[in-house]
Amino acid sequence: MSPRTPGADLPEHPDRLWSAAEPKSSYDVVIVGGGGHGLATAYYLAKNHGITNVAVLERGWLAGGNMARNTTIIRSNYLWDESAGIYEHALKLWEGLEEELDYPLLFSQRGVLNLAHSLQDVRDSVRRVHANNLNGVDAEWLDPEQVKQVCPIVNISPDVRYPVLGATFQPRAGIAKHDHVAWGLARAAAALGVEFIEHCEVTGLQVRDGRVTGVETTRGTIAAGRVALCAAGHTSVVAATAGIDLPIQSHPLQALVSELLEPVHPTVVMSNAVHVYVSQAHKGELVMGAGIDAANSYRQRGAFHIIERQMAAALELFPVFARAHVLRTWGGVVDVSPDASPIVGLTPVENLYLNCGWGTGGFKATPGVGWCFAHTVANDEPHPLNAPFSLDRFTTGALVDEHGAAAVAH
Amino acid sequence: MLLIPCPWCGPREEAEFHYGGQAHVAYPDDPSALSDEEWARYLFFRDNPKGRFAERWSHSAGCRRWFNAVRDTATNEIHAVYRVGEARPVTS
Amino acid sequence: MRRENGGRIDRGTTLRFTFDGSEYTGHPGDTLASALLANGVRQVATSVKLGRPRGIVSAGGEEPSAVVQIEAPFPEPMLPATTVELYEGLVASSLPGQGRLATEPDPARYDAVHAHCDVLVVGAGPAGLAAARAAAGTGARVILADERSEPGGSLLGTHETITESEPDDVLGPQEVMPGAEWAAATTALLDGLPEVRVLRRTTVIGYYDDNYVVAVERRTNHLGAAAPADVARERVWRIRAKRVVLATGAHERSIAFAGNDLPGVMLAGSARAYANRYGVLPGERAVVFTANDSAYAAAFDLADAGAEIAAIVDVRPAPGAACAAGARERGIEVLTGHVVTAAQGDGQLSSVLAGRLRPEAEAAVGERELAADLLLVSGGWNPVVHLFSQAGGTLRYDEALGTIVPVACRQAVEAAGAAKGVFTLTGCLADGAEAGHRALEAALGTAVSERYTPPRATTETPTAPGTAFWLVPATDYGAHFVDPQRDVTVADVLRATGAGLRSVEHIKRYTTAGTAHDQGKTSGLLTTAIVAHALGASVGELGSTTFRAPYAPVSFAALAGRDRGSLHDPVRVTALHEWHVANGALFENVGQWKRPWYYPREGEDMEAAVLRECAAARQGVAAMDASTLGKIDVIGPDAAELLDRLYTNLMSSLAVGAIRYGVMCRPDGMVFDDGTVIRLAEDHFLVTTTTGNAAAVLDWMEEWLQTEWPTLRVHCTSVTEQWATVALVGPGSREVLAGLAPDLAVSAADFPFMTWREAEIAGLPARVCRISFSGELAYEINVTSWDGLRLWTAIMDTGLVTPYGTETMHVLRAEKGYPIVGQDTDGTVTPQDLGMAWVVSKKKPDFVGKRSFARADTARADRKQLVGLLPEDPGFLLPEGAHLVAGAELPEPPVPTLGHVTSSYRSAALGRTFALALVSGGQGRAGARLYAPVGGVLVPVTVTSHVLYDPEGARRDG
Repeated sequence: MSPRTPGADLPEHPDRLWSAAEPKSSYDVVIVGGGGHGLATAYYLAKNHGITNVAVLERGWLAGGNMARNTTIIRSNYLWDESAGIYEHALKLWEGLEEELDYPLLFSQRGVLNLAHSLQDVRDSVRRVHANNLNGVDAEWLDPEQVKQVCPIVNISPDVRYPVLGATFQPRAGIAKHDHVAWGLARAAAALGVEFIEHCEVTGLQVRDGRVTGVETTRGTIAAGRVALCAAGHTSVVAATAGIDLPIQSHPLQALVSELLEPVHPTVVMSNAVHVYVSQAHKGELVMGAGIDAANSYRQRGAFHIIERQMAAALELFPVFARAHVLRTWGGVVDVSPDASPIVGLTPVENLYLNCGWGTGGFKATPGVGWCFAHTVANDEPHPLNAPFSLDRFTTGALVDEHGAAAVAH
Repeated sequence: MLLIPCPWCGPREEAEFHYGGQAHVAYPDDPSALSDEEWARYLFFRDNPKGRFAERWSHSAGCRRWFNAVRDTATNEIHAVYRVGEARPVTS
Repeated sequence: MRRENGGRIDRGTTLRFTFDGSEYTGHPGDTLASALLANGVRQVATSVKLGRPRGIVSAGGEEPSAVVQIEAPFPEPMLPATTVELYEGLVASSLPGQGRLATEPDPARYDAVHAHCDVLVVGAGPAGLAAARAAAGTGARVILADERSEPGGSLLGTHETITESEPDDVLGPQEVMPGAEWAAATTALLDGLPEVRVLRRTTVIGYYDDNYVVAVERRTNHLGAAAPADVARERVWRIRAKRVVLATGAHERSIAFAGNDLPGVMLAGSARAYANRYGVLPGERAVVFTANDSAYAAAFDLADAGAEIAAIVDVRPAPGAACAAGARERGIEVLTGHVVTAAQGDGQLSSVLAGRLRPEAEAAVGERELAADLLLVSGGWNPVVHLFSQAGGTLRYDEALGTIVPVACRQAVEAAGAAKGVFTLTGCLADGAEAGHRALEAALGTAVSERYTPPRATTETPTAPGTAFWLVPATDYGAHFVDPQRDVTVADVLRATGAGLRSVEHIKRYTTAGTAHDQGKTSGLLTTAIVAHALGASVGELGSTTFRAPYAPVSFAALAGRDRGSLHDPVRVTALHEWHVANGALFENVGQWKRPWYYPREGEDMEAAVLRECAAARQGVAAMDASTLGKIDVIGPDAAELLDRLYTNLMSSLAVGAIRYGVMCRPDGMVFDDGTVIRLAEDHFLVTTTTGNAAAVLDWMEEWLQTEWPTLRVHCTSVTEQWATVALVGPGSREVLAGLAPDLAVSAADFPFMTWREAEIAGLPARVCRISFSGELAYEINVTSWDGLRLWTAIMDTGLVTPYGTETMHVLRAEKGYPIVGQDTDGTVTPQDLGMAWVVSKKKPDFVGKRSFARADTARADRKQLVGLLPEDPGFLLPEGAHLVAGAELPEPPVPTLGHVTSSYRSAALGRTFALALVSGGQGRAGARLYAPVGGVLVPVTVTSHVLYDPEGARRDG
């Protein structure tokens, strides 16, 4: 009998997932984009609203965009009430999702530390803790020694360029395995009748008399009663075909993994000031995200100097990582809005619904946005939790500014 | 890391530059004459094409001059650079 | 087992090393893998999931199995034993698929260099050497990078000989020589050319836009404990190349059959390399399992080196003629039309089952058991197309070659030799030379008539076309490994397709194939082929997955380079810094700067020190180093016009000699920065900014000037570093100033508030501004940075002045209700919200931000506005960040809140605590009682004006 191996206890995927469908000529609802948000929306449309004549159109392979490329951090400790509302709703759904989908999502509530490196960081962090607590979001402020207790490998020496002056800690935050989440949602939605059509790129929206009637795709025209956009970085391109301009810009965002390592990092650590966010996944690899490339781009890869800077910052915080190795880097295309908050709701075109602008923060919202967006599509009316995230806030000025000094959007 | 041809200094590493988003978005002549919608468009709405995009760059770690470029956002290929105030060149 | 002779190792020197606690010896030139094989060590790892024993499969960086932990001289996780050069004192251990990080900090140095070249050649095998040779010697700058310790590539692992087609300055006329010798001679020639750089132990890991190519050179790893501490252990090369030739060779791939992961199963070409390059026989009795001719060469080399070849099992009906002849000569049995159905053994290979390949994918049955301790496998060769793909190049599956080959790329790159599917030595040499010449001409932009004629092979590894053979049909696929490092078998792939998955990407994710340390170098195409088999599709239809950087694992530390410790975003210090340090200041990081936070005296805590410093400023004289505030010279006939457009208030009306406070907003109307504007002359202003925003404000001015208002005749220049600034504060400040500047008329009438004077202070030429961020009578004295310390020392030498830091500055300004941008604002606050409607001009037709004040949300009456708060318990200090609620009882969350505390202090002047807060509709709430939930208690507070001290400004103006 050999000793237990490090990879022995990881759960397997089920024997049956979903079957690819051929497009029909018409659906009640067409969802553009088969990423996490598209899949979650489809699932909740079917489950909560009984709308099952639904097609999810994906230009590549299902959940192969940002859903397959993110660093899987889940948390709800956002500053503003509007953000806390939708992200905390998502986190509560996460807490029951594994059971609901009957799928091992590797959802691990290992907590997240958001580090503070300057006195202003400290003020902003404490402010966020107070805001979180009043919004029913678990949050506490930790001093450097307490940070060290939660994550012993963080360097808390005061003699570094960005000393750790403390951190906010959300114990209920954590990580999940992105593929498992996508496939769990897809399998559950498929069981309720939703169809998935892969390698089907939407090239245009059909609009008649101010009302959307269908989509043009690389696999032909598909009529639709309602169309829900969940295309992340490509939303601008799709929306433009219906004459809708959006205040979002698409940028590459990079991430990387190391080789498998014995457990050293028990939680999730994020630092907005130095652009580091890192966790150690179940198999043992370190998963890290970098900052976004400044220039707009639809290339799913970023520039190398971003990775170099990211590594320098990471080693200042985690000197023990010095001789770990980068195994793979990759990039996704994120849709960034002016206030670092999403845009979810109705559009000027009837029966066309918008969900975009999640920037670097889309994964954690997956079940929450699916729930709320499905409500929006089903009722032709925003769910109260996504009502503040309307497109017209840019006209009134009622932004939900999450990239003020006080919060990190990752 | 792109190699960006600064019209003043020649080709330089991307890290020397600061990005400025869409070019040719002029500050309105009379903001007070604009509706809230029009003003919001100026403030927040920028083109986001997948393809050729006229955009602004500043050679912030070099000559510190702003200039415009036409770059393809699908390939990152830069098709033209030109000075502020010049019309967007035709790049086919 | 070590052969008695041969190999490129230094047998005269013995190196001692330890593996899994046992001591062994090897020689310089060995890798850890070759040394372990020489010592008969077969199992070097266990698999991550199934715990199966694993051995050495390859002789290079593509190793899918033998990944080990370095323990000494310094721990490093997960290195392929095939890439670790042996050194004295190496301690390594086998791994169960997970590595271990050191607990101590890495003592090594790392660095990075930039390089530019005309032609970069990646890979110094035959094609790469020929390419570099063709491009070199012309004056063009050439870089040749190779990941091994010694250039030569495959030539080092074969006995192939070559001859020059025509006389050559390196080799002389028509000489036949071993390929390895030619490689050494060519390398020596290249090394001697001033425009050529040969980088050894340098792996090109990434290919980015605009031919930006990143390589990592391992400079001292191979020296072990003898590595000099002052030489970077690893160096990142950031290479910008006009043209790139990718001569990256090919990786041999395995075949899926039962037990193909057992120690003793090895890629055929790698076994050949061990025999020839390292003088090691990886086994004594070998079976060869192949679908092509190349494995015959391996069999023959091993046989000639003394190994017994039990049989060659060839799936094809017949091998090439030369192979058949070679086998006959050596008396090796060839089983054509056969497959290996199983590798067997307890922990390592002891026998091989072979059987006839049956038609229609019927399961093969092991009919013959062949005793063997080594099984050489060759399923074919995969061109190393990783970098070509990273560059954006397209790939296609070549049916004839049975592998993926490069097609086209937008970037200035081409593949050469085996990397593009050329598998003969003569072909690689010729192809490399052609590619090198093309690259040279393209880089120089001109035709080059002189042309290097490469040598040709006199002996060739036989290369009759192979057949693409992936899978030995069986009834049970549970031990047919596809990706041994992830323990992925054919059965796992079938389970994935059975689950409904059709995309290779999905199946790789379902099974995790290709995600291990080797990133699927040997297993990637095999996985695709198995998927094709399962789906009844062709390999070509499924296509190739995208290759991502890095090509090979690269250490975090190498990427971080020198950007560590004190060089990581270096701090800025003022001209007075050394005084602050010498006088016990504690520091706060503000933007890039170190600023004195407070100056505790013996026995004082922060609270006591700050109360003392505050009292000194309010009752006596105190001084602060204000040098970090941003200072921008704005000069030109239109300088006033520019400032009128950027500030919310009017600056053009400022008189020369006067000073005005101003606020800048973003176009969205939110406060961006604030500071004073000094008019030095009709066309010359000095603008001060907050410490953290100095660069941003200068960039802001430049952006507007250059992109929107290019007709304005203005120049802006940062002068922050040129000036040292001391704030002299307190009722006694006039007296101290007068003492230091006997020629300066300091009376209130002669030198009123918000004006400036040139003067000599302590004998130093200075500009004195009468401004105040404390509400006290105060001056800011500016001298050149050179004089800063002399000025400060002169002030301190009066014995009347208390130094104070940023904390005291914060308290003093908060007592006066002066906001700090970034502390009392957060990007959502207008000047009106700060109670500064007076700073927003009503006269100017426009300024940046003005239009936004009329939007629905910015015009709301219940916006959050800056107010003062007095806790009802005057000793209670509200935490900054605490929120405010209306009621004395907390409802269930989410609790509606009214705002939050932005600043909170103990005030010596007020004799109590106080705070500033942003409160919804706050300006109309004066006198109201609100509550701050703090630590489970609702703390009652009273809303007041944000100006709590000397609201009339009598002290400041006096």
